[in-house]
Amino acid sequence: MTAGLDVGTPQAQSITRDEDVVRVRQLVRTVAVAIKLSLVDQTKLVTAASELARNTLVYGGGGDVLVSVVDNGRRRGVRIVFADQGPGIADLDLALTDGYTTGGGLGLGLSGARRLVDEFDIVTAAGEGTRITVTKWSR
Amino acid sequence: MDRVPVLKIGDTLLVSIQVDMEDQTALQLQDDLAERIVATGCHGVIIDITALDIVDSFVGRTLSSIAAISKVLDADTVVVGMRPAVAITLVELGLSLQGIRTALNVERGMELLARGRGDGLPLPFDSDEDELTATP
Repeated sequence: MTAGLDVGTPQAQSITRDEDVVRVRQLVRTVAVAIKLSLVDQTKLVTAASELARNTLVYGGGGDVLVSVVDNGRRRGVRIVFADQGPGIADLDLALTDGYTTGGGLGLGLSGARRLVDEFDIVTAAGEGTRITVTKWSR
Repeated sequence: MDRVPVLKIGDTLLVSIQVDMEDQTALQLQDDLAERIVATGCHGVIIDITALDIVDSFVGRTLSSIAAISKVLDADTVVVGMRPAVAITLVELGLSLQGIRTALNVERGMELLARGRGDGLPLPFDSDEDELTATP
Protein backbone atom coordinates (compact mmCIF):
# COMPACT_ATOMS: atom_id res chain seq x y z
CA MET A 1 0.00 0.00 0.00
CA THR A 2 1.28 3.44 -0.87
CA ALA A 3 1.73 6.11 1.77
CA GLY A 4 -0.40 9.21 2.15
CA LEU A 5 -3.84 10.03 3.50
CA ASP A 6 -6.77 10.96 1.34
CA VAL A 7 -7.68 14.60 1.65
CA GLY A 8 -11.20 15.61 0.65
CA THR A 9 -13.63 13.67 -1.47
CA PRO A 10 -12.22 11.66 -4.39
CA GLN A 11 -13.72 12.52 -7.76
CA ALA A 12 -14.89 9.76 -10.03
CA GLN A 13 -15.14 9.48 -13.79
CA SER A 14 -16.34 6.40 -15.61
CA ILE A 15 -14.72 5.45 -18.90
CA THR A 16 -16.99 3.93 -21.49
CA ARG A 17 -16.06 5.80 -24.68
CA ASP A 18 -13.53 8.05 -26.40
CA GLU A 19 -14.76 11.35 -24.97
CA ASP A 20 -14.40 10.04 -21.40
CA VAL A 21 -10.61 9.95 -21.91
CA VAL A 22 -10.80 13.70 -22.56
CA ARG A 23 -12.88 14.12 -19.37
CA VAL A 24 -10.28 12.23 -17.34
CA ARG A 25 -7.54 14.54 -18.66
CA GLN A 26 -9.60 17.60 -17.72
CA LEU A 27 -10.42 16.29 -14.24
CA VAL A 28 -6.78 15.40 -13.51
CA ARG A 29 -5.59 18.79 -14.78
CA THR A 30 -8.09 20.60 -12.54
CA VAL A 31 -6.91 18.74 -9.44
CA ALA A 32 -3.21 19.11 -10.35
CA VAL A 33 -3.66 22.86 -10.75
CA ALA A 34 -5.61 23.07 -7.47
CA ILE A 35 -2.73 21.61 -5.45
CA LYS A 36 -0.24 23.74 -7.39
CA LEU A 37 1.84 21.10 -9.14
CA SER A 38 4.46 22.75 -11.35
CA LEU A 39 3.56 23.14 -15.01
CA VAL A 40 5.93 20.35 -16.05
CA ASP A 41 4.54 18.01 -13.37
CA GLN A 42 0.95 18.85 -14.39
CA THR A 43 1.85 18.04 -17.98
CA LYS A 44 3.51 14.76 -17.03
CA LEU A 45 0.60 13.67 -14.82
CA VAL A 46 -2.10 14.56 -17.35
CA THR A 47 -0.14 12.76 -20.08
CA ALA A 48 0.23 9.65 -17.90
CA ALA A 49 -3.50 9.80 -17.05
CA SER A 50 -4.34 10.04 -20.74
CA GLU A 51 -2.30 6.92 -21.54
CA LEU A 52 -3.78 4.91 -18.67
CA ALA A 53 -7.36 6.06 -19.32
CA ARG A 54 -7.01 4.98 -22.95
CA ASN A 55 -5.67 1.59 -21.83
CA THR A 56 -8.66 1.20 -19.51
CA LEU A 57 -10.95 1.84 -22.47
CA VAL A 58 -9.13 -0.09 -25.19
CA TYR A 59 -7.73 -3.08 -23.28
CA GLY A 60 -9.94 -3.16 -20.20
CA GLY A 61 -13.18 -2.62 -22.09
CA GLY A 62 -13.95 0.46 -19.99
CA GLY A 63 -13.78 1.05 -16.27
CA ASP A 64 -13.60 3.70 -13.57
CA VAL A 65 -11.17 6.40 -12.60
CA LEU A 66 -10.88 7.92 -9.14
CA VAL A 67 -8.88 11.10 -8.60
CA SER A 68 -7.97 12.24 -5.09
CA VAL A 69 -5.68 14.64 -3.28
CA VAL A 70 -3.32 12.95 -0.83
CA ASP A 71 -1.09 14.34 1.91
CA ASN A 72 1.92 12.57 3.44
CA GLY A 73 2.50 15.22 6.11
CA ARG A 74 5.18 17.03 4.11
CA ARG A 75 3.80 17.28 0.62
CA ARG A 76 0.53 17.04 -1.22
CA GLY A 77 -0.03 14.95 -4.26
CA VAL A 78 -2.59 13.71 -6.76
CA ARG A 79 -3.46 10.02 -6.68
CA ILE A 80 -5.36 8.41 -9.55
CA VAL A 81 -6.79 4.89 -9.62
CA PHE A 82 -7.71 3.24 -12.93
CA ALA A 83 -9.80 0.10 -12.49
CA ASP A 84 -11.32 -2.21 -15.08
CA GLN A 85 -12.91 -5.68 -15.12
CA GLY A 86 -11.25 -6.61 -18.40
CA PRO A 87 -9.11 -9.59 -19.31
CA GLY A 88 -6.19 -8.48 -17.11
CA ILE A 89 -2.52 -8.62 -18.06
CA ALA A 90 -1.04 -12.12 -18.27
CA ASP A 91 2.64 -11.14 -18.50
CA LEU A 92 3.19 -7.92 -16.57
CA ASP A 93 6.94 -7.67 -17.15
CA LEU A 94 6.38 -7.92 -20.88
CA ALA A 95 3.53 -5.36 -20.79
CA LEU A 96 5.83 -2.90 -19.00
CA THR A 97 8.50 -3.20 -21.68
CA ASP A 98 8.96 -0.21 -23.99
CA GLY A 99 7.62 -0.99 -27.43
CA TYR A 100 5.57 -4.04 -26.48
CA THR A 101 1.94 -3.85 -27.60
CA THR A 102 -0.96 -6.17 -28.29
CA GLY A 103 -3.18 -3.42 -29.58
CA GLY A 104 -1.33 -1.91 -32.51
CA GLY A 105 -0.15 1.14 -30.56
CA LEU A 106 3.40 2.25 -29.89
CA GLY A 107 3.76 0.18 -26.74
CA LEU A 108 4.62 3.24 -24.68
CA GLY A 109 1.39 3.74 -22.75
CA LEU A 110 2.08 1.65 -19.67
CA SER A 111 5.88 1.92 -19.56
CA GLY A 112 5.83 5.65 -20.45
CA ALA A 113 3.13 6.45 -17.90
CA ARG A 114 5.19 4.74 -15.18
CA ARG A 115 8.15 7.03 -15.96
CA LEU A 116 5.97 10.15 -15.75
CA VAL A 117 4.71 9.63 -12.18
CA ASP A 118 6.38 9.29 -8.76
CA GLU A 119 4.58 6.13 -7.65
CA PHE A 120 3.14 3.40 -9.83
CA ASP A 121 1.33 0.34 -8.54
CA ILE A 122 -0.40 -2.29 -10.63
CA VAL A 123 -2.54 -5.22 -9.56
CA THR A 124 -3.65 -7.55 -12.31
CA ALA A 125 -4.13 -11.18 -13.21
CA ALA A 126 -5.42 -12.94 -16.29
CA GLY A 127 -9.22 -12.84 -16.19
CA GLU A 128 -9.36 -10.61 -13.12
CA GLY A 129 -9.15 -7.10 -14.47
CA THR A 130 -6.51 -4.47 -13.85
CA ARG A 131 -6.13 -1.83 -11.17
CA ILE A 132 -3.41 0.78 -11.56
CA THR A 133 -2.67 3.43 -8.92
CA VAL A 134 -0.37 6.35 -9.69
CA THR A 135 0.70 9.30 -7.53
CA LYS A 136 2.48 12.54 -8.37
CA TRP A 137 3.77 14.62 -5.44
CA SER A 138 4.29 18.37 -5.33
CA ARG A 139 7.96 19.38 -5.10
CA MET B 1 -17.01 15.05 -32.10
CA ASP B 2 -15.09 18.21 -32.92
CA ARG B 3 -13.46 18.60 -36.32
CA VAL B 4 -10.19 20.46 -36.75
CA PRO B 5 -10.32 23.02 -39.61
CA VAL B 6 -7.71 22.89 -42.37
CA LEU B 7 -6.83 26.26 -43.98
CA LYS B 8 -5.09 26.70 -47.33
CA ILE B 9 -2.52 29.51 -47.55
CA GLY B 10 -0.75 29.54 -50.92
CA ASP B 11 1.09 26.25 -51.30
CA THR B 12 0.62 25.31 -47.65
CA LEU B 13 -2.14 23.73 -45.58
CA LEU B 14 -2.31 25.18 -42.08
CA VAL B 15 -3.88 23.33 -39.17
CA SER B 16 -4.16 24.92 -35.75
CA ILE B 17 -5.37 22.43 -33.16
CA GLN B 18 -7.43 24.39 -30.63
CA VAL B 19 -9.32 21.64 -28.82
CA ASP B 20 -8.45 18.76 -26.50
CA MET B 21 -8.88 16.10 -29.19
CA GLU B 22 -10.65 12.81 -28.79
CA ASP B 23 -8.73 10.02 -30.52
CA GLN B 24 -11.36 9.94 -33.29
CA THR B 25 -10.87 13.67 -33.90
CA ALA B 26 -7.15 13.10 -34.44
CA LEU B 27 -7.82 10.25 -36.88
CA GLN B 28 -10.38 12.40 -38.72
CA LEU B 29 -7.76 15.15 -39.07
CA GLN B 30 -5.35 12.61 -40.57
CA ASP B 31 -7.96 11.63 -43.19
CA ASP B 32 -9.01 15.24 -43.88
CA LEU B 33 -5.41 16.31 -44.47
CA ALA B 34 -4.74 13.48 -46.93
CA GLU B 35 -7.86 14.50 -48.87
CA ARG B 36 -6.95 18.18 -48.87
CA ILE B 37 -3.34 17.56 -49.97
CA VAL B 38 -4.58 15.67 -53.01
CA ALA B 39 -7.42 18.11 -53.73
CA THR B 40 -5.23 21.23 -53.50
CA GLY B 41 -1.85 19.91 -54.64
CA CYS B 42 -0.24 21.75 -51.72
CA HIS B 43 3.37 20.79 -50.96
CA GLY B 44 3.50 21.76 -47.32
CA VAL B 45 1.54 21.09 -44.13
CA ILE B 46 1.98 23.09 -40.94
CA ILE B 47 0.41 21.76 -37.75
CA ASP B 48 0.31 24.31 -34.95
CA ILE B 49 0.10 22.69 -31.50
CA THR B 50 0.59 25.89 -29.46
CA ALA B 51 -2.77 25.34 -27.76
CA LEU B 52 -2.14 21.70 -26.81
CA ASP B 53 -1.13 21.27 -23.18
CA ILE B 54 -0.31 17.62 -23.66
CA VAL B 55 0.77 15.35 -26.51
CA ASP B 56 0.33 11.72 -25.54
CA SER B 57 1.45 8.64 -27.47
CA PHE B 58 -1.73 8.53 -29.53
CA VAL B 59 -1.49 12.13 -30.72
CA GLY B 60 2.26 11.68 -31.25
CA ARG B 61 1.68 8.60 -33.36
CA THR B 62 -1.01 10.41 -35.36
CA LEU B 63 1.36 13.31 -36.04
CA SER B 64 3.97 10.81 -37.29
CA SER B 65 1.37 9.14 -39.51
CA ILE B 66 0.29 12.49 -40.94
CA ALA B 67 3.92 13.29 -41.77
CA ALA B 68 4.39 9.90 -43.45
CA ILE B 69 1.14 10.11 -45.43
CA SER B 70 1.95 13.69 -46.53
CA LYS B 71 5.39 12.57 -47.67
CA VAL B 72 3.90 9.91 -49.92
CA LEU B 73 1.56 12.58 -51.32
CA ASP B 74 4.53 14.89 -52.09
CA ALA B 75 4.04 17.28 -49.16
CA ASP B 76 6.32 18.09 -46.22
CA THR B 77 4.96 18.39 -42.68
CA VAL B 78 6.23 20.71 -39.98
CA VAL B 79 4.86 20.65 -36.42
CA VAL B 80 5.16 24.05 -34.76
CA GLY B 81 4.52 25.66 -31.37
CA MET B 82 5.30 22.82 -29.01
CA ARG B 83 5.31 24.02 -25.40
CA PRO B 84 8.46 23.38 -23.33
CA ALA B 85 6.62 21.22 -20.78
CA VAL B 86 5.17 19.14 -23.62
CA ALA B 87 8.65 18.60 -25.11
CA ILE B 88 10.05 17.50 -21.73
CA THR B 89 7.14 15.10 -21.19
CA LEU B 90 7.37 13.62 -24.70
CA VAL B 91 11.02 12.76 -24.23
CA GLU B 92 10.38 11.15 -20.85
CA LEU B 93 7.43 9.24 -22.27
CA GLY B 94 9.83 7.83 -24.85
CA LEU B 95 8.19 9.27 -27.93
CA SER B 96 10.57 10.32 -30.69
CA LEU B 97 8.08 11.83 -33.18
CA GLN B 98 9.72 9.88 -35.97
CA GLY B 99 9.85 11.57 -39.34
CA ILE B 100 8.48 14.85 -38.03
CA ARG B 101 10.17 18.17 -38.62
CA THR B 102 9.56 20.85 -36.05
CA ALA B 103 9.87 24.62 -35.82
CA LEU B 104 9.27 27.03 -32.97
CA ASN B 105 6.41 28.91 -34.63
CA VAL B 106 4.32 29.15 -37.80
CA GLU B 107 6.60 31.76 -39.41
CA ARG B 108 9.69 29.58 -38.99
CA GLY B 109 7.72 26.59 -40.16
CA MET B 110 6.86 28.47 -43.37
CA GLU B 111 10.55 29.30 -43.86
CA LEU B 112 11.52 25.68 -43.32
CA LEU B 113 9.00 24.54 -45.93
CA ALA B 114 10.18 27.17 -48.44
CA ARG B 115 13.80 26.05 -47.98
CA GLY B 116 12.72 22.42 -48.19
CA ARG B 117 11.28 22.96 -51.66
CA GLY B 118 14.76 24.16 -52.52
CA ASP B 119 13.76 26.96 -54.89
CA GLY B 120 13.66 30.21 -52.97
CA LEU B 121 11.49 31.46 -55.82
CA PRO B 122 8.24 33.26 -55.18
CA LEU B 123 5.36 30.86 -54.69
CA PRO B 124 2.89 30.63 -57.61
CA PHE B 125 0.25 32.71 -55.88
CA ASP B 126 2.75 35.56 -55.48
CA SER B 127 3.41 35.68 -59.21
CA ASP B 128 -0.34 35.64 -59.90
CA GLU B 129 -0.66 38.77 -57.81
CA ASP B 130 2.22 40.38 -59.66
CA GLU B 131 0.52 39.70 -62.97
CA LEU B 132 -2.72 41.16 -61.72
CA THR B 133 -1.11 44.39 -60.63
CA ALA B 134 0.97 44.56 -63.82
CA THR B 135 -2.09 44.37 -66.09
CA PRO B 136 -4.54 47.06 -65.09
